[in-house]
Amino acid sequence: MSGPAFRLTDSTLRDGSHALSHRYTTEQVASIVRGLDAAGVPVIEVSHGDGLGGSSFNYGFSGTDERDLVSAAVGAATRARIAVLLLPGIGVADDLRDMADRGVQVARIATHCTEADIAEQHIRLAKRLGMEAVGFLMMAHMAEPAQLLDQARLMESYGADCVYVVDSAGAMTTADARARVGTLAEGLGCQVGHHAHNNLSLAVANSLAALDVGADQLDGCCAGLGAGAGNCPTEVLVATCDKLGLATGVDPLEAMGVAEDLVRPLRPEMGVIDRAGLLLGYAGVYGSFLLHAQRAAARYGVDVGEILLELGRRRIVGGQEDMILDVALELARKATPASRPAGQELPA
Amino acid sequence: MTLSCVVIGSGNIGTDLVHKLLRSPSLELRALVGIDPASEGLARARKLGVEATAEGIDWVEAHAGEIDLAFEATSARVHAANAPRLAAAGITAVDLTPARLGPPVVPGVNLDQHLDAPNLNLITCGGQATAPIVAAVVSASRVPYAEIVSTVASRSAGPGTRQNIDEFTRTTASSLEEVGGAAHGKAIIILNPADPPILMRNTVFCALPDGYDEAAVAAAIEDMVGRVARYVPGYRLKRPPVFEEGPFATPGGPAAARVVALLEVEGAGDFLPPYAGNLDIMTAAAVRVGEALAEARAPERRGQVTV
Repeated sequence: MSGPAFRLTDSTLRDGSHALSHRYTTEQVASIVRGLDAAGVPVIEVSHGDGLGGSSFNYGFSGTDERDLVSAAVGAATRARIAVLLLPGIGVADDLRDMADRGVQVARIATHCTEADIAEQHIRLAKRLGMEAVGFLMMAHMAEPAQLLDQARLMESYGADCVYVVDSAGAMTTADARARVGTLAEGLGCQVGHHAHNNLSLAVANSLAALDVGADQLDGCCAGLGAGAGNCPTEVLVATCDKLGLATGVDPLEAMGVAEDLVRPLRPEMGVIDRAGLLLGYAGVYGSFLLHAQRAAARYGVDVGEILLELGRRRIVGGQEDMILDVALELARKATPASRPAGQELPA
Repeated sequence: MTLSCVVIGSGNIGTDLVHKLLRSPSLELRALVGIDPASEGLARARKLGVEATAEGIDWVEAHAGEIDLAFEATSARVHAANAPRLAAAGITAVDLTPARLGPPVVPGVNLDQHLDAPNLNLITCGGQATAPIVAAVVSASRVPYAEIVSTVASRSAGPGTRQNIDEFTRTTASSLEEVGGAAHGKAIIILNPADPPILMRNTVFCALPDGYDEAAVAAAIEDMVGRVARYVPGYRLKRPPVFEEGPFATPGGPAAARVVALLEVEGAGDFLPPYAGNLDIMTAAAVRVGEALAEARAPERRGQVTV
């Protein structure tokens, strides 16, 4: 009997946190980790949706300190390794040191797909701390395969054990995903991963295509819970692989149970690809902007679709949530009759 | 009085500083100091009629009697090595690196408290752009928590920033407390690779307690933007400060509301391109610090400097 065809990382408790506005409780984390661990999921990621240190005005404050959530996850896991995400410029080295002390074994270090060199400090630190280091190249649809390979090679040179092609905007066609993952699989000595979002309804298909061209690691979230229209649904990926005869090491029925009983009730409408979710993929906009854009649209009386399209036109990158407010105010100003006195055009 | 100064470091920042210093009425540029005889920066300085040497800190020591002020535009590591030698030679250091040996200063906010310091640190571009706004809000309200998002064009972020992004993030955050006066500070740093390059953007969020005076906070921010714009002409608010009702559960405790200032910094285009407002604000602040020191050391004006 051979081992699994790929290693699965479930990010329900990190990327899924976006869909809950970062309000997980330690009880929810512990029960979801117990379920995933029993189902056989080998790696479980836990952090604020924007990674360690993400709790902020810009991205939303955590309901429960992520350090407590991580400790709850480490305590609940018997077999699974706990992972965290860190974006240099948001989280800092001390956050990573603290996570190593808490028993976290995998550090995923994320940068925009053309800025891999800002991950050097944190990838090297993760290795020094004895952690597995995973490089995470976000918004990878914005870089051509050859450029992405150059960036992935930088991460590999810092010591990354795996480099991910991350489709943060859910904007890749299957051909896009295949070209990027395939180029990295051929050009890197380390492992390659793919992280898919479902804004174009292609998350599972693209994950399977990634596997076909050499991916070693894939990501999913139970019930697709995550930014934008959601992530690659863990239970769907596992069930499909089972039908294809691809071993995952995860029990499909148990994964379905976690998704249905523990995760789906947290956000019952998750997984619907509505216009706003589709627009993210269509315009190539960072998935976690969605809820922030909806809030700004409601507050300033402007259209969420127009906000997302303008963010796409400006080529805003992940992390620039502050520009959602900038765009919403600009749209509100343009929509305001010229007779209003200047400086008072902003609704409270 | 006029102070005689040198620029140490012949890279892009040093070259931009040379251009700005040549316009200063109170700072006399004695030389540009590098270490590589083949440096383009040294050649450019000579074309401008500026003495340029590749003999490094040794040259500065040998000419210590003629130099009042050294602008350090090298790296944190190099400045850590140079600083004791400058201090021993009686030369005041204005440090544009993240070495943070001296007190963090922002002209117009806390420079008047550090005019006698032998070494003054300019924090980071993000700190120069945002700590003044936090200080302005603090002048009108208690600020239990301040947070900034500083986004710069990828092309304007050099290897020093990239390899030390962690220090950059932490130093910027601490300046919101030390210089800005917030009880807690957080900084978020983003690089955007868009082409053509974006102008530097800074967003400042300050938590506000119940009973804050909206008009006073807005006026303090607008006044501060004007003060910074006097030495960084491309520094501006994109739109009037925005007030949003909470409540917000910040690390500094619950806050009733927040004020958001959306700022843009366009560079003067002296040597660096206009999109590099993040670099321009550092060189412009450095010159302003030098000029304030010159004013402070003028015997007839001692004690009446406004910075």
